Amino acid sequence: MKKLLTGNSAISLGVMLCRAEVISAYPITPQTTIVEEISEIVADGRLKARFIRVESEHSALACVAAASAAGARAFTATSSHGLAYMHEMLHWTSGTRLPVVMVNANRAMGSPWNIWCDHSDSLSQRDTGWIQLYCQSAQEAIDTVIQSFKIAEEVLLPVMVLEDGFFLSHTSEVVDVPEQNMVDSFLPPFRPRFKLSPEEPHTFNIMADPSMFIHFKHDAQQAMNQAKKVIARVDREFKARFGRGYGYTGNVRMSDADVVLLTLGTAASTALEVVDAYRKRGKKVGLCRLRMFRPFPSEEIGRLLGKAKKVAVLDRDNSLGAGGIVAQELKAALYGTVKKPRIFEFIGGLGGRDITPRDIGEIFNYTMSHSGPDGAPVWMGVKK
Amino acid sequence: MSGIEPQAKDLLEEYLYSGHGACPGCAMPIVLRTIFHALGEKTIAAITAGCFGTISGTYPASPIRIPAYNTPFPSAGAAASGIRAALDVKGDRETTVIAVAGDGGTFDIGIQAISAAAERNDDYIFICYDNEAYMNTGIQRSSATPWGAWTTTTPPSDLKAQPKKDIVRILAAHRVPYVATASIAYVDDFVRKIRKARETRGFKFIYTLSPCPVGWRFPSEITIRLARLAVQTRVFPLYEVEDGERYTLSVEPEGIPVSEYLKPQGRFNFLREGDMERIQENVDREWERLVRRF
Repeated sequence: MKKLLTGNSAISLGVMLCRAEVISAYPITPQTTIVEEISEIVADGRLKARFIRVESEHSALACVAAASAAGARAFTATSSHGLAYMHEMLHWTSGTRLPVVMVNANRAMGSPWNIWCDHSDSLSQRDTGWIQLYCQSAQEAIDTVIQSFKIAEEVLLPVMVLEDGFFLSHTSEVVDVPEQNMVDSFLPPFRPRFKLSPEEPHTFNIMADPSMFIHFKHDAQQAMNQAKKVIARVDREFKARFGRGYGYTGNVRMSDADVVLLTLGTAASTALEVVDAYRKRGKKVGLCRLRMFRPFPSEEIGRLLGKAKKVAVLDRDNSLGAGGIVAQELKAALYGTVKKPRIFEFIGGLGGRDITPRDIGEIFNYTMSHSGPDGAPVWMGVKK
Repeated sequence: MSGIEPQAKDLLEEYLYSGHGACPGCAMPIVLRTIFHALGEKTIAAITAGCFGTISGTYPASPIRIPAYNTPFPSAGAAASGIRAALDVKGDRETTVIAVAGDGGTFDIGIQAISAAAERNDDYIFICYDNEAYMNTGIQRSSATPWGAWTTTTPPSDLKAQPKKDIVRILAAHRVPYVATASIAYVDDFVRKIRKARETRGFKFIYTLSPCPVGWRFPSEITIRLARLAVQTRVFPLYEVEDGERYTLSVEPEGIPVSEYLKPQGRFNFLREGDMERIQENVDREWERLVRRF
């Protein structure tokens, strides 16, 4: 059924359709309306679940991780400082191989305080062992939540679904909400091989000494390798049933593009307009929207971008002393490839600063008019 | 309430095997065995960092026969809520959920999650084994360390200068249905309280003193005697608090001098002249305050 929904509403309905059994979250802007809407959905009986109103994000993830270990399908949502407060639990949840699904509404990390969108919160958690999928629309957000439980429960790794704070979380669009019976047939109930049960007692997370610890980490890496295939397969299955698929990347006018813009999230929607306008003027530009950041699709992105002469990376984040995180990852992925495009780095849209069509145009113009990058990333809209 | 009074057969089933890593004379394995005996196999435990977390096995061996889930230091209170919620949603009302933490995981780094679970009145038993310092990392001061005690962060020239936090009153102030203190020197009373907690819906807090031969500096064969002296000197009275209001004394202490309890412990070797009297006065004053609530 088609409904007019914000990103947060679409996600809340997605969690309901997935029949999540234990949900725990702590309010934080701009995620808060997910907490509110799910608490209503549980209270009015549309979802048979326990909703636990914890006192912090650390407790939220500790709570749903333990619930997952006890065999329940578990969900949480957060943003920015809440995600940072979960840091220890992020490692713990993936280390325990618990298929928790979390939505993070992307928001800048303070200080200074800022409640608006950028990607520094989730990108700075990239090494915590979670799959990360970045969404561009409310439709993609609800679909990705549904896909994520299936992915997580197959590979036993947690999934973080990312939506741009306000740009996606609070903006309404028409969303095709899947039917419950369709979701039920796509996503069977969670039946873990190991769980906390008096019938078959296990001790979870005991000490692994130096001879064993590395094996746990290697197993998790194998699972992340497998996740890459599973994410693609689940996306294909989803497309076959629901008519929508997303891939590792969203690619626009890439096949003959000399200059490609690489970015995450909703900035791609703005960029799409600019690409069309530039194409009308005969400029061979393209757009690659990175949806899957973990696992990083190194081979695929190398093949995709290897055809272009130049790639402009727009990072909505910055790692002090290193530059944009997406650009770093891309350069690492391209290192071993034969055909390497020149990489132009741009930092923009921090703390909710709009990324306008004019900004995207400037990025394309700069990249087309320079033979190579100047060395340091270009900061968009900052006085020199 | 049937099945609350302990029977000899309760002690036959073993849920904590040999091979755990506790130090000789440690009270905590006795605490655990008492709890597990009282509850039986239909029990799931959330364990946090601390001595219990450390002794709960090295992969792939575990000494614990009930299902157990280790969770990071601040989160025992939240993890137990999650386990309870998962069981509830699956319709399992039979299994008891417990959280077990030391004084660090209860008084200090863990108190936020515990206070929240108590306020929500989540249905599980939180058990604190208090060895009165961060023993697992090597005897550092906690907010449960008593006044005048030596630890590795309160050296002889700068002994603990604050009284310990009154954790029982803090939990009772949440008006949870059941709070009780228990002692390994009074096993029948301990078992009865654990079972009463199991039969009570909502949040339950069981608080027990866990004498630590290494950290308190006493010979490992007198653990139980010290636990008993703590009760008899009124340092650690045994009582229950129901709904935050109804206080009941479980064991009438003899009120023997507190020095009998402190002298065998090397951690109190650095008390200065007059300190013993001051400690006795504090114990007497706290006892008078407590007695008024019965």
